[in-house]
Amino acid sequence: MRNIRPGDAFAEKSSAIVEADSSSTLLSENLLPKRQRPRKSSAKKVQPKQGSAGKPSIHESAIKHVSGLATYIDDIPELSGTLHMAAGGSAHARAKVIAMNFEQVLAAPGVVDVFTAEDVPGELDIGPVFSGDPLFVTMGKETQFVGQTLFVVVAKTYEQACAAAKLADIQYEVLTPNVRLQEGLDAQEFVLPEHVIANGDANQAINSAEFQLRDGGYIGGQEHFYLEGQICYVLPGEDNGVHVFTSSQHPTEVQKLVAEVLDLPSHKVIAEVRRMGGGFGGKETQAAALACAASVAVYHLQQPVKFRLPRKHDMEATGKRHDFKYDYEVGFNQDGVIEGLNMTLAGLCGCSPDLSQGIVDRAMFHADNAYFINQSRVLGLCPRTHTVSNTAFRGFGGPQGMVAIEAVIDGIARSLGEDPLTIRKRNLYRDGADTTHYGQQLDPSVLQEVVSTLETSSEYWARREAVKSFNAANPFVKKGLALTPVKFGISFTAQHLNQAGALVHVYTDGSILVNHGGTEMGQGLYTKIAQIVADEFGVDVERVQVSATRTDKVANTSPTAASSGTDLNGYAAKNACQEILQNLKAFAAAHYNVDVSAVSFSNDQVFVGEQVVNFADFCLQAYKGRVPLMAYGFYKTPKIYYDRDSGHGHPFFYFANGAACSEVLVDSFTGEYKVLRTDILHDVGKSVNPDLDIGQIEGAFIQGMGWLTTEELLWDDQGRVMSNSPASYKIPTAFDVPREFNVALYERENSVDTVFNSKAVGEPPLMLAISVWSALADACASFANYQYAPRLDPPATPEKVLKAIEDAKLFAASNGQA
Amino acid sequence: MTTLTVNGTKHELDLPDDTPLLWALRDILGMTGTKFGCGMALCGACTVHMDGQPIRSCVTTLALANGKSITTIEAIQADPVGKQVQEAWLDVGVAQCGFCQAGQIMSATALLKKNPKPSDDDIDSFMSGNICRCGTYNRIKKAIHKAADKTEV
Repeated sequence: MRNIRPGDAFAEKSSAIVEADSSSTLLSENLLPKRQRPRKSSAKKVQPKQGSAGKPSIHESAIKHVSGLATYIDDIPELSGTLHMAAGGSAHARAKVIAMNFEQVLAAPGVVDVFTAEDVPGELDIGPVFSGDPLFVTMGKETQFVGQTLFVVVAKTYEQACAAAKLADIQYEVLTPNVRLQEGLDAQEFVLPEHVIANGDANQAINSAEFQLRDGGYIGGQEHFYLEGQICYVLPGEDNGVHVFTSSQHPTEVQKLVAEVLDLPSHKVIAEVRRMGGGFGGKETQAAALACAASVAVYHLQQPVKFRLPRKHDMEATGKRHDFKYDYEVGFNQDGVIEGLNMTLAGLCGCSPDLSQGIVDRAMFHADNAYFINQSRVLGLCPRTHTVSNTAFRGFGGPQGMVAIEAVIDGIARSLGEDPLTIRKRNLYRDGADTTHYGQQLDPSVLQEVVSTLETSSEYWARREAVKSFNAANPFVKKGLALTPVKFGISFTAQHLNQAGALVHVYTDGSILVNHGGTEMGQGLYTKIAQIVADEFGVDVERVQVSATRTDKVANTSPTAASSGTDLNGYAAKNACQEILQNLKAFAAAHYNVDVSAVSFSNDQVFVGEQVVNFADFCLQAYKGRVPLMAYGFYKTPKIYYDRDSGHGHPFFYFANGAACSEVLVDSFTGEYKVLRTDILHDVGKSVNPDLDIGQIEGAFIQGMGWLTTEELLWDDQGRVMSNSPASYKIPTAFDVPREFNVALYERENSVDTVFNSKAVGEPPLMLAISVWSALADACASFANYQYAPRLDPPATPEKVLKAIEDAKLFAASNGQA
Repeated sequence: MTTLTVNGTKHELDLPDDTPLLWALRDILGMTGTKFGCGMALCGACTVHMDGQPIRSCVTTLALANGKSITTIEAIQADPVGKQVQEAWLDVGVAQCGFCQAGQIMSATALLKKNPKPSDDDIDSFMSGNICRCGTYNRIKKAIHKAADKTEV
C-alpha cells in the first residue's frame, strides 16, 4: 500500500555542531531530495566541525526531525501482506472469564484470525522480573484489571481489526475489585513482601526529640503519554524466527520474552529499535506485550503483523507511575534539625509486581532526598489492586520518596514558624552528617554549593520579602516561593543491569560505525555516543554513525533506564575505541619506526613522530597492515552493592544534584495558578553535550511539573480509567511553562570515573519540579500567616489548591489570625 | 472520489468520504512525516495546512478536504517562512524525541504567517494545542522568536 518515500533523504548525515548560521547550509543541502540539490561545486562547503565530547553538538536526528524524515515504527514502509492487530480487553477489573465466543469477530470484514492463550506455543507469563503478567487471560481464570488482554484479532486493515475486536461475546462472573491503594492495604494484599531500611533506633530518637510531628499524604501517579503510542511491527524470519521492530527501551527483554512465548532460542529473535517517539519509562517493560502478541500471530500466519494501540487503549491498558501513600513520624530539635524519622511508603503496584520492587526500593532510598536523617526506619509496601500494573516512569519511585520528605520539611518549618529554606539548609547533608540512611557516604560539598549558589543567584531572600509584601497588600491573589534541592542516586539498584556492550567498526575510508545496547528516545544518547567516539579517535563527529540498536549486534543489553544510557554504553564504546586505538598505535609505531608514545590522534589526523597522516589514509594503511579495525567494548559499574536483608550498602555509583527555585501566583477564588519564574542550577558533572543536557533539564522539569500540578489520573469504583484521553488528562502545554525560566549547569567534573567525568541527566531534573509544588503550598500557607502547612496532595490541581487555601483560612480563623 | 492537491501535486483518491485526511496522507500517499498522536485533535501531532490554515488532519475528513490545497512537513522548506522556522529549530536545537515536531513546525509556520512578530503570549496562545511530552516548549518559543527576527516583515 505504502509508497516508498524519496529514499535518498534517509541516508543524511546529520550530526553536526551548530555554528552561527551554519544550519541554513545544512538545510538547503540536505532537506531536498538528492536530484533537486545544488551540485556540489556550486554549494557552499560545510566547514568541518568538531562536535566531539564536551561540545554542543545538535541531536543526530535534528535535520530529520524538522523535515519529517525521521522514521518511527509506523513510518517503516510496510511489506505486502502486512496484517494489523487489535486487542480485546476485559470489561471488568476482577471477573472470572467463563466463556469467549468469537463467531462474530471471525465473520467480520477483513478478519484473518483470532488468537488467545491457547495459541501461545511457549510461556504465557511475560512478567519482566517476577511472574504475574499473563500475555492473555486464560479461560476460567480471573481478570486482573479493566482492559487486560483476553484475545487479539488480526485483520487486513487496522480499522477492520479494531472494529472486529468489539464484536467478541465474553461471559464473565463478576467479582468485587480492590481499586484504591487503601483497599489493597486494608485487604493485606501485596504483590511483593515488605522491605525495611533501618538505621539506629528511630522510635527512640523521635520520642526523645524536643518536637514531634505525625502526618502523611497521598501522591498521585502519572500517565506517560509518549506522543508515539505503543507499537511494534513483526516480520517472519528464517527458521521460524521473527524480526521485531519495537518501540522499546529494552530490546533484549523483548527478544527474551518473544523467544519464551514462541518457545524459541533467543538467537531466532531479533529486536530492533532505531528511535522512540518518547519513552519516559513507559516503554521499559510495557512494549513487550505488544511484541509478544504480534509474534504469536506471525508464528502462526507467517505474515508480517503490525500492532499499535489506539491512544485510549494505551492509556487504559499500560502501566503508569505509581501512586504512593506516605505516613511519617518525625522528631526534631528547636532548630528544625531532624533527629529521627519513621516513614512508611506504600506504592500502588496494581495487579502484578512488574518493576515495583525496584521502584518502591528507590522511593525508600530517596526518602532522605538531600537531608541527613540520622536515625530512621523506612518501610516499603507493595499493595496489590485490580488495576493495571504500574511501571517505570522517569525517576522510578525516587520522586515520590522525595515529595514525602519535602512535605516533612515543610511541616517542620511551619510548626516552628521558620522559612522552609532555612529548615532545608539546616538539614542538608554536611560534613560530619554525610551518610545516607542506607549507609552510603557521600560528598556533601556539591549539594551545599549548588543550594547556596542558587540561593544567591535566584535572590531568594530579597524575593521572599517581596512575596510577603505582595501578599500583605493583596487579599485575594497570593504569591508563593520555594527553593528545593535534588540528590538522585545513579545506578540500577539491580546490580546485574549495570553493564553494557558496544561494537565499534572503523572502515578503510575512515568512517566509523558504532552499535551499542542503549536506545534513543529523544534524550540524545546516540549523539553523545558519537561525540565520545569522535573524541577518542580525535576525529570530526561527522565521521561517526550510530546505528539502530539490535539484539543481534550487541547481546544481553540492559534497558535504557535509570538515566544510565551514556554512563554505561558510552563507557563501553570508549573501551572498544581504546582497543582499536591500541592496535592502531602499535601498527603506526612499527610501520613508521617510532615509539608508541609518539603516536597520537587529533584534528582528524594521525601524528606519528614528525609525520602527519590523514585519518582515512591511515585507516587504509592499517587495514593493509592487517590490523583489526573492529572491537567490542564492555563496561560494568564498579563499587556498587546492596544487601536487602540488612538494608545497607552502596547502591549508587554517585549522586546527581540540583536545586530549583520557583515562584507562583495563586488565585484564591478559583485555586488557579501560574508559575511566574523558575531558576535551576543542575549538576551534570563535566557535560558531554551542554545543549542536550539543558534540554533534558528543561523537559524533565516541565514533565515533573505536570505530574505535581495538573496531571490527575482518575479511576471509577469499578476500576475503569476515567482519565483516558488528552481531553480528561491535562499535560503541560506552552501556557504552563514558567514565565521566566533560567537554567544553568553546575559543571564540575564527576569525582568518580565516569565516561568524560560526566553525570547522568535523564531523570534527576524531573524532581526540580518539587519546587513548584512546594511554592504552591507556600502560597496556600500564606493564608494562615505561614503557621500551618495545609495538606496539598499532588497533583496540586486548582481544586486541591482551593481546598488547601480554605483549610489554611479555617486554621487562621480558629487561631485568631483571620 | 476526492481531489486533493498535496504539496503542489494533484491526487485523486477513491476512499470513503469519512476517511481522515491523516490516513490518506500516511497510508495512501506515503507521506509519513505527519504523525498520529491522539486521533482526537487534542495533541497537534497531525497538524498540516489546508488552504494555508493549520488543521488537525486526524479529524479532518476527506469530504472536508475535497478540492483543497494541503501542505505537509515534507514540503514546508519550500515555503520561505517554513524554511526559516526549520532553520531556527536547528539553531536552537529544539527537538528531543521529535515525534510532535512536524506538528509544532506546521503550527509555528502558520503563526508567523499570520503574526510575523508574535509576543510570548501570542506564541503560548497559538501553540497551546500542540503538546510536546519531552517539554521542549521553552526552545520552541525561542525558535519562533528567532525565525520571526529573520523573516522579512
